[in-house]
Amino acid sequence: MNILQVQALAAGYGSIRVLHGLDFSVGEGAIVALLGANGAGKTTTLRALSGMIPGRGTVELDGKDVSAASAADRARLGIAHIPQGRGTFVDFTVEENLALGAYAVMSRAQIRDDMQRWYGIFPRLAERRTQRAGSLSGGEQQMLAVARALMARPRILMCDEPSLGLAPAVTRELFELLQRLNQQEGMAILLVEQNANLALRIASSAYVLENGEITLAGSADELRDNPLIRRAYLGR
Amino acid sequence: MQLFLQQVVEGLASGAIYAALALALVLIYRATRIVNFAQGEMGTFTAFLAWQLGQWGAPFWLSLIVAGGLSFVVGVLVFRILIRPVITASENTIVNICIGLFIGFEALCLWIWGADSHPFPRLFSDQIWTLEGVRFSATNVGTLATLCVLAAGLMAMFRFTRIGLAMRASAAEREKSPLVGIHVETMLMLGWGLAAVFGFIAAVLVAPSLFLSPPMMVAVVIYALAAATLGGWDSPAGAIVGGLIIGVAESLGATYLRFIGSELKVGIPFALMAIVLLVRPQGLFGRTRVVRV
Repeated sequence: MNILQVQALAAGYGSIRVLHGLDFSVGEGAIVALLGANGAGKTTTLRALSGMIPGRGTVELDGKDVSAASAADRARLGIAHIPQGRGTFVDFTVEENLALGAYAVMSRAQIRDDMQRWYGIFPRLAERRTQRAGSLSGGEQQMLAVARALMARPRILMCDEPSLGLAPAVTRELFELLQRLNQQEGMAILLVEQNANLALRIASSAYVLENGEITLAGSADELRDNPLIRRAYLGR
Repeated sequence: MQLFLQQVVEGLASGAIYAALALALVLIYRATRIVNFAQGEMGTFTAFLAWQLGQWGAPFWLSLIVAGGLSFVVGVLVFRILIRPVITASENTIVNICIGLFIGFEALCLWIWGADSHPFPRLFSDQIWTLEGVRFSATNVGTLATLCVLAAGLMAMFRFTRIGLAMRASAAEREKSPLVGIHVETMLMLGWGLAAVFGFIAAVLVAPSLFLSPPMMVAVVIYALAAATLGGWDSPAGAIVGGLIIGVAESLGATYLRFIGSELKVGIPFALMAIVLLVRPQGLFGRTRVVRV
């Protein structure tokens, strides 16, 4: 069964339609990349999926229709969304960010264990646990955003342009982390990226979005070899 | 010197009342960017509820507790019915609604209880202690203690509890908060309820000396607005310090500045507000908002 199944998803801002009926899915343990140019509707797709903006069509999580659920309820059901840019609560400390990430988690023991785990993975976050998230470097903030999202133990992690504004070495580190999460824990990931090269390297399959419609879909290998993709997004 | 210290004590006590109401204003402003200048009138209404319960024979402290609970409900209902539908509307709309609330609650009090002033029981005893010639009445000490308890409780809630963290997050990041499962509107509603309780407390603290009447809080809310402006609209600590400064300035100004006296002392908060807005518009404890575009 697919973790996320999307049918005829339409959304927009006010009277402006951005998405014109998307159908796609994210399988269990898959990394799916959503590619496309600026303004194609990638961010809007994630916002509609997490309920930040209203959308039409159906969104199923683990086979359960969540189309009518609010953003807060979708988060509680297991959709974790790291929005573009700063996915952290900038005026809150590192520790508070992690606590906020686990807001819907009732077990104190689990929260404590997860915090320890993330501090183990990112010792720099442990050193800065009482500092404001906004004072961290871009890379540290993005790591914190991932950790914050995973504190909720979600079913699917949606990342919006995680490489934005990061140095190449930091980006590589981040993508390795996403890959590791996927391989070791089977975390399903929906990845929005402008950098198609980078995304296709860790994704199992991908969709190409143009003007609010899916124009191409396939496995990551197929898309990498597709001449259209190579010209338009891979720069080769 | 004795007179000076005495006036400082009196000023701190009335400042504590302004601070309590300013805290309510700041709580709501932080969460919803709304300056609810009807907060005082809502407080008067709920103080009337407490008074009414007393008239019906309820013991004083019980009537306070019940009316305190009811004021939370009033705050929640005002948010649900009047504010939530227009929360994304323009400032003009919201200011108009607050004007409506201001007039509405005062009219409601006039309609139910009439225009007469009613004596309101003191919360604290008539005891007076004298230290080095300065008199400390139980009312003054109790009022300041009440403010301390309110401030400490609020701080502990924001700092140490899950719900306090969620309330802060909802205020600071309304868009991101749902992404971690926070029901933002519930948090804003709790904020309005809590603010109404603070307004109620300010009203019952001021009622024994001003006598309970529908327009009782009009002057107090002006001082509270000045306190919040002075301290910074973003800062609960600022609201407290601002309230105390305004209280002391009012008391000293009325005593030492001949041309002011007790008739003109309501001009003092306006003067302080004007100075703050000219010199440091974000207030003493406020932060300037840097917006990245």
